[in-house]
Amino acid sequence: MEVAVISGKGGTGKSSVVASLASISKNILLADCDVDAANQYLLFQPNHSEEEVFVSGQKAEINYDVCTQCGKCIDYCEFGAISEVNGRVEISEISCDGCRLCERICPVNAISMLDNDKSRLYSGTFRYGHMVYGRLAPGEENSGRLVSLVREKAKEIAKENNYEVILYDGPPGIGCPVISTITGIDKVIIVTEPTLSGKHDLERALETVFHFRIYAMVVINKYDLNAEMTEEIKQYCATMNVPVVALLPYEPVVTEAMVNGKSYVEYVPESIVSKNTLNIWKNIQNEIK
Amino acid sequence: MTDKIQKIKIAVASGKGGTGKTFVATNLFYAMQHANLPATIVDSDAEEPNVHLFISGSLEKSFEITQKVPVIDEGMCTHCGRCHDYCTYNAIFHVPSMHVIKVMEDLCHGCGACFVACNDNAISEKQSLLGTVSRYAVDATHALVEGRTKVGVYSSVKVIKSSIAEADADPFVLFDSPPGTSCPFIQTANLADFVVLVTEPTPFGLSDLKQSVEILREMNKPLGVIVNRAGIGNRDVYDYLGKMNLPLLMEIPFSREIALAYSKGKLISAIDQLWLEKFQDLYKTLIQQSWK
Repeated sequence: MEVAVISGKGGTGKSSVVASLASISKNILLADCDVDAANQYLLFQPNHSEEEVFVSGQKAEINYDVCTQCGKCIDYCEFGAISEVNGRVEISEISCDGCRLCERICPVNAISMLDNDKSRLYSGTFRYGHMVYGRLAPGEENSGRLVSLVREKAKEIAKENNYEVILYDGPPGIGCPVISTITGIDKVIIVTEPTLSGKHDLERALETVFHFRIYAMVVINKYDLNAEMTEEIKQYCATMNVPVVALLPYEPVVTEAMVNGKSYVEYVPESIVSKNTLNIWKNIQNEIK
Repeated sequence: MTDKIQKIKIAVASGKGGTGKTFVATNLFYAMQHANLPATIVDSDAEEPNVHLFISGSLEKSFEITQKVPVIDEGMCTHCGRCHDYCTYNAIFHVPSMHVIKVMEDLCHGCGACFVACNDNAISEKQSLLGTVSRYAVDATHALVEGRTKVGVYSSVKVIKSSIAEADADPFVLFDSPPGTSCPFIQTANLADFVVLVTEPTPFGLSDLKQSVEILREMNKPLGVIVNRAGIGNRDVYDYLGKMNLPLLMEIPFSREIALAYSKGKLISAIDQLWLEKFQDLYKTLIQQSWK
C-alpha cells in the first residue's frame, strides 16, 4: 500500500509526523518526495547503497562561432528566454525551459542542448527499513519527474523486500511534485495546523486530492494553539466526509527531538503527541488487513 | 511619482515551507503602510496564496492566465509523428499503427514546437486556463497582487511571472515567494533586488537554508536572513550565518502571542507597537541593503 503525507502549507510538521510514523512501523519503505528540500535523510542518516544521476532537463546554449545573429530563435521562443543583450543574441539559463525548439529552427545549427545533471536519486537502508529519496539540485526543474522516479524505485525495493507499506513524505504546495506524489496512491494524510493559512491550504490540498480521487484523512498538528480554529477545521472536514484521525498538541520537545537526530516517537514515546500519533498509524494499518 | 524614485523589489523567501515568509512579508507591508510609504505586496506563492487572509482591499482588476495548447485535427493528420518527436514533454501520445494521436494537455508547456513540426496544417492552438492574477487596492498607494494557480495545474511559473509583471511599475514591491529552490522560487528571486530568507534554527531549517543560499550566491543576489522561532532548536544556523558572512536581519522568538495572532489572520504589527517598530527598522535596513 502506498500512503503519502502532504500538507498544502509548509511547516505544519509533516516531516516530523512522517518520521514518527516510520519509527512506529519499525519496518517500512520510507520515500522522501520533497525533492526540493529533502529532510528525512538528515534525521535517519541512511546508508547510501545506490546513487543515480537524474537528468532534470536541458538548457540551450549558443555556439557564437557559428551564430549569425539572425534572431530567428528570439521570435520562436515562447518562454521569453532569448533576447538581444548588447547587440548579441543570448539565452537566459533561468528562463530557458529546455523545449529544444530553438535548436531545431536555427538555420545554421548554432544551438545545442546541455543536460542538467546535478540532481540525484538515492536509495539505501536505515534503522527501520529502506529509504529512497531524491535531491533536486537548486534551480533545476522537473521535480515531478524526479518524484515519479523516487516512487518507481520505492515500489521496486518494496516488492523485492516485501514491505507492506510505502510511506511518502510529500512536498508542500499542490503543484507538479505533489500531483506526482499522490497520483495513483491508496491514501493521503494531510497534516494541517489551526491557522487561517493552514485551513485555506487544506481546502486547496483536499480539492487536489479529490481531483485525483484518492482517499484522504486529516491530522491537525499543534491543535491547541488555536482551539477555535481547530473546531472550525473539524467542522469543515466533517462536511467534506474526511476523517480527522489525530489531534497533536504543540510540544517544544518535537523540535528538541529533531535537533537530537531522533523522531519524537523515539525521543519521547510517552508524550501525548507520540501517543496520538499511534492513532494515525492504526488508521493506516486498518487498510492493510 | 514612480519615475522620480528608485524602484525596489524585495523577495521574502525560504527553502523550507512554513518558516514564516508570509508572516514577515505581511507585517513588513503593514509597517510601510503605517509609515505612509507606498508599497505593493505580490503573493507569488501561487499554489497556496495566503496573503489575502491578512491584507484586504477592493478588487481593481483580475485576469486569466492561459497557455496555448495544441489541438490536432485528426482529419488532416497523416500520423507522420513529427509533433510527437518534437515534443520534449511527452505531451503528445501517438500510436501510429492504430492511428491514435492525443494531446495530454496537463503535460504541455506551450512551447510551440509541435506547431512548427507539423507539415500538414493539422495543428491549431487553443488557450488553456492556468490561473488568475488579481490586483486589489488596499488604499491609494498600497496594493495586493495575487497569483493563484488553478487546482490541478502542474506548473505555476507562468502565473507567478504574470503576477510579478503586474506590479512591475510600482515603486516598492514585496514578493511573498513560493517555497523551495526550484523553478517557481528562482523565477521570483531572479526579479528581486534583494532576497530575505526566512529560516528556523533547526536541522531541517538549516539544511534548506544552505540550498537557498547556494543558488542565490550563484545568481549573485544580495541576501539577508531572518531567524524565526528563535529559541527553539540549536545555534547551528547562527554559526552558519557567521561562516558565510550573511547578515542576520531580524530574530523572531517563538511566542504563543504571535502564533495565535497569525492563526486568526491578524498582523502582530497592528496589535503590538513593539513589533511595528521592529518591522519599521527592518524595511529601513532592507532599503539600505538594496541600494548597495
